[in-house]
Amino acid sequence: MIRWSEIRQYPSAIVGLAIIFGFILLALYAVITIPYSEALERWRGGEAVVENNPRNARPTWVNWFNQENLPPTLILDSRELPETAISYTTISDDIEEKVITMSFDYEYASFVPELTFFIEADFIEKQPFVEIFWVTPNGEEIRAGEVTPGGQEIYRPTQDDRVMRRVEANSAEVGFFLDPSLAEPTPQKGTYQVRLVGLIFEEESDFEAKLVMYGAVHGIAGTDHLRRDISVALLWGTPIAMAFGLVAALVITAANMIIAATSVWYGGWVDSAIQRVTDVNLILPGLPLLILIGTLYSRSIWVILGMVIALNIFGGGVKTYRSIFLQTRELPYIEAAQAYGAGSRRIIFRYLIPRVIPLVIPALVTSVPAFVFTEATLALLGLGDPVLPTWGKVIENARSQGALFNGYYYWMLEPAVLMMLVGVGFSLVGFALDRIFNPKLREI
Amino acid sequence: MLKVDDLHVWYELKRFGLGHAGYVRAVDGVSFELNAGEAMACVGESGCGKSSLMKTILRLNKPTKGTIDFKGINVGELDGLDLRDYRSKVGFIQQDPFGALAPFMTIQQILEEPLIINGFTNAAERQSKIETIMEEVKLTPVEEILPKFPHMLSGGQQQRVVIARAMILEPDLLVADEPVSMLDASVRVEILKLLRNLQEKHNLAVIYITHDLSTVRYFSEYIFVMYAGQIVEFAPIKSLLENPTHPYTQALLEASGDPDAKNALEYKEIPPGEPPSLVNPPSGCRFHPRCKFAIKGKCDVDMPKPMPVVDGSNMAITGNKHVAACWLVEEEWKERAGLTN
Repeated sequence: MIRWSEIRQYPSAIVGLAIIFGFILLALYAVITIPYSEALERWRGGEAVVENNPRNARPTWVNWFNQENLPPTLILDSRELPETAISYTTISDDIEEKVITMSFDYEYASFVPELTFFIEADFIEKQPFVEIFWVTPNGEEIRAGEVTPGGQEIYRPTQDDRVMRRVEANSAEVGFFLDPSLAEPTPQKGTYQVRLVGLIFEEESDFEAKLVMYGAVHGIAGTDHLRRDISVALLWGTPIAMAFGLVAALVITAANMIIAATSVWYGGWVDSAIQRVTDVNLILPGLPLLILIGTLYSRSIWVILGMVIALNIFGGGVKTYRSIFLQTRELPYIEAAQAYGAGSRRIIFRYLIPRVIPLVIPALVTSVPAFVFTEATLALLGLGDPVLPTWGKVIENARSQGALFNGYYYWMLEPAVLMMLVGVGFSLVGFALDRIFNPKLREI
Repeated sequence: MLKVDDLHVWYELKRFGLGHAGYVRAVDGVSFELNAGEAMACVGESGCGKSSLMKTILRLNKPTKGTIDFKGINVGELDGLDLRDYRSKVGFIQQDPFGALAPFMTIQQILEEPLIINGFTNAAERQSKIETIMEEVKLTPVEEILPKFPHMLSGGQQQRVVIARAMILEPDLLVADEPVSMLDASVRVEILKLLRNLQEKHNLAVIYITHDLSTVRYFSEYIFVMYAGQIVEFAPIKSLLENPTHPYTQALLEASGDPDAKNALEYKEIPPGEPPSLVNPPSGCRFHPRCKFAIKGKCDVDMPKPMPVVDGSNMAITGNKHVAACWLVEEEWKERAGLTN
């Protein structure tokens, strides 16, 4: 029916096919590397899942365009340190001193946006007492806080007044890194040392510490306001968008064709009834109905997909295809089929519909992005699926968090670019198919 | 075998899709009989009801009035499986071979369709039937043609496929609707000879519909001429060509051009005007507004009945079933009677 050599004549179609193929690979990659349940888990967020993720971090690749690199997230964990970094000293019968020394190199031109200690203590009655010392590359030592961890303690030095009185800055993140020799606030480069000195008052008790210096960049897509990795939504949004677009386009086109062919073939009151139903359906306000369903019943993407299909089964396609079938019905081979005894169903499916398929395939391919955009539109109206990560949800979040006012362009642009690529890919292929199947267009 | 009796096919005209606005009387009282092994030609200009008659015989239309009797079955009443059964006994050859073949099917699929529909479930049996019939219509080499699509074949080959498809269910009756008018002159005779051979070999009854009188003589025993939904003249082919009686038949014969150089220079007299409206046909003889022999007060009032035609100088009713529906025939009989008296 269609040969590769024909497609090859349209470089645009090759580009389009490459884009579609790329999206299919991306979708497969997403589904294979991130299992469905894990994707939902990571998209739901919550402290446990996204503890180590920065908030509103740019994607890593912005560093390619900056002269000086933005810092990524740095994590120091006492549980992963070599034994030499930890020392125990017995002070008295009951008291033991544990010193954790963590050091790291800092070579970035800007300050760490956020700095948090996670201190986990294990005790029976008496909590350990932990002092934190921050040693800068030039040897200055700052008392960075005293903590009495009760179980899992989250300690943010910026929120500690005693620490803030000791540093000459608005926040600990700046104060701890500030280079005093420069007039402009600039971080010192070099090796920092963080020393945690803990007094343990019980035989069995112990503590571990983790320092997270949240980065200004994260992953390939950055993070959002809830510390979620946007790449999860972009990756998993791909199979969802493709499935939504393809299923909607295929089902609606097939249903439209079958209904139109039935309408034309039986004629009479069947035709009248189908056409009146289509007329009524065409004046139904689709978007308000979808909003109604989303608000009152369910916002699940599959319910919405079902509704989009249901609203379009008797859609404009029925009218278009009917006009084509009216011509096809009069062709002599249909009469011949009747004359050798073909039944109505056979004529509709074997004789009418195959004749029209070449006209329909380009339209079908071109209509796929329309349904991808429909999903995004609904998400933007607050009717996105509450649990699934989709491109539309990312855009909706970006919009509601004022991403563009706050300079988080990546947040809005990433899903938008993906959607534009879907549109371009399918349109390029659709236009080429249209020219191949309907050669009369070639001259135009 | 096939007996058509007082057949009427009327199409209802509707006003704004609802109100009744009269009927198109496409076929208006046609009767004839056809036996196995006989070929009958039906000629007439466009819009005379040939196609409606054909479609009704194929039972694509339902007769409004009158009966079609096929081997004792009343075709008009058929339904469901009986109708399918009947249709499998009637082959149909269309005018435009390319249009008659689904462009998206291979020749294999095209020929297999009637078999599948009519319950041949054994694929090997279907294949052997297809191969036999293709040999018979001289579509060879078979293996080369089967996987092709219709547009890859020549017009003559396409028409052979159409004939093969019509013959594959081994019908008793063949309806051929202008089977050669869309073909090159060079292959017309071939196709007509093929049809004739098939007819003789399978003892088929054939209805051959055409507006081209020059091909009729190759093919049929009998011929009838239709005008405005009615048969105006019925005769054995030789008798009609030699002795056209109805003024319309005469005009038709006059107009049909034999390839002869002198025809290019000659002026031919054709009846003035156009075929009448089938919604409000003229009263009396339907040809009278265009007939140069029309008798005022008679032809425009009473409808003529078919009457045996006077055969040349022969007094007796001709033994060869030549009848014409024209008052002139009656006039002639009267004249003859007067002369002998």
